[in-house]
Amino acid sequence: MARIHVQSRSIVLPGDIIAEGNDIVVESPFIERKGNQYYATITGLVNVQQLENGKYKISIIPLEGAYIPKPGDIVIGLVKDIGLTHWEVDIASPYKGILTIQEVLDRPFNPAVDSLKKYLDVGDYIVAKVVAFDRARDPLLTIKGKGLGRIVEGSIVEIKPSRIPRVIGKKGSMVNMLMNESGCEIVVGQNGRILVNCPNKDLEEIVVLSIKKIEAEAHTTGLTERVREFIRREKARRGV
Amino acid sequence: MGGGAGEKPVLIRWEERDGQKVAIRHDGRLAAQLRPIRMEVGVLSNADGSALVEYGGTRVLAAVYGPREAHPRHMALPDRAVIRCRYHMAPFSTAERKTPAPTRREVELSKVIREALEAVVLTELFPRTAIDVYMEVLQSDGGTRTAAITAASLALADAGIAMRDLVAGVAVGKVDGVLVLDIDEIEDNYAEADMPVAMAPNLGKVLLLQLNGVLTHDEFVQAMELARKGIQTIYKLQKEALRRKYVEVVQEGGEQ
Repeated sequence: MARIHVQSRSIVLPGDIIAEGNDIVVESPFIERKGNQYYATITGLVNVQQLENGKYKISIIPLEGAYIPKPGDIVIGLVKDIGLTHWEVDIASPYKGILTIQEVLDRPFNPAVDSLKKYLDVGDYIVAKVVAFDRARDPLLTIKGKGLGRIVEGSIVEIKPSRIPRVIGKKGSMVNMLMNESGCEIVVGQNGRILVNCPNKDLEEIVVLSIKKIEAEAHTTGLTERVREFIRREKARRGV
Repeated sequence: MGGGAGEKPVLIRWEERDGQKVAIRHDGRLAAQLRPIRMEVGVLSNADGSALVEYGGTRVLAAVYGPREAHPRHMALPDRAVIRCRYHMAPFSTAERKTPAPTRREVELSKVIREALEAVVLTELFPRTAIDVYMEVLQSDGGTRTAAITAASLALADAGIAMRDLVAGVAVGKVDGVLVLDIDEIEDNYAEADMPVAMAPNLGKVLLLQLNGVLTHDEFVQAMELARKGIQTIYKLQKEALRRKYVEVVQEGGEQ
């Protein structure tokens, strides 16, 4: 029999005991097993779910921590350096992103004649996708695909990467609400950078404030409704 | 620290309480009593994680950066993160100005603290990176290494670095033949023994154990038991301090 020691959606700290016994499925690198006890190793929100077969699934959503790339993630990067056949991209992570020329151009490229600077320069922001990351090498990026590429307009908001799941919400509920209420276009990078493209300055300010609010209150419940209210109130106050 | 120079003050008074003789220390504490302890996390905005810890007059600030890219690159390890620790005493932290350059003592303490933290941090989750831990003693009144390790572990937890358990430390001493918990500067200067201990209470592991002076076998066993009890109390305070950070945000959020 499994015993659960915490309430679902409560805050756990390193060393806190989460569960005890068998029939437990662990879905997080941040839960350690000692004997038949399960401990949290990070500050985060714990999720406990009873599965159909009677087992319990436990996981932790970290509340703090750096961004660790995962293949398939959409990230917003800043071009930091240009090599002969690749760009080095800062993706707000302990590991720097590598964007090779093959992931930018469709045609063959001759480094003797052509310059990479023509396509992307130092200081350019890009929306990219992580293609591969195996912990032994730096993450490889691509900007081939819909919605990817150099950013030409909009502003970038930077928050803690661990708060991104809350900005997206369950199945995108939070970010969709933000877009519907404000009429802005929002691209959320998994690495904590968010691209906001608004029809006017007031709306942009409201969206940025809302994102900062989500960052500060990520561990609270009923946040979507509070943010919706906040946007409506701000819109009325500013008359937009 | 230098030994006891000058005339020795009265460190232990014996008083009758409920028909029993009780040892009272120079600051009015009982033998097994900690100094007032205060902890706060997230005190620095530029660091990834930070904490301020006070054990009575001892005050230590810890800041954590990382996991971040290791510089110089040759320091990085292919399979795990490296932890770099710097324990430092501010020039103004002692009664007489200390030179700001790291002393032999500070180099040694940085090493023992690093080794204690390496035992709990899950470094294998972040290969090829570095985790920097800076501990600055702002005010020294004995027990700075144990306060520093307590602060460092709080700062690591605040930075979202995976750890098997928090680390808490406290020093036990023998003053005038009495084993006392959490010794301060004056007691340390005239003590027969001083034993700093750091543990990961939930894992039941001792991560740091140093002993300066002489204890008999029985005294050592008693001293460890005294330290364990003190550490349990400090551990609870650590968890409260970490939780408080999120409770405060909820209250702020509730105002709107």
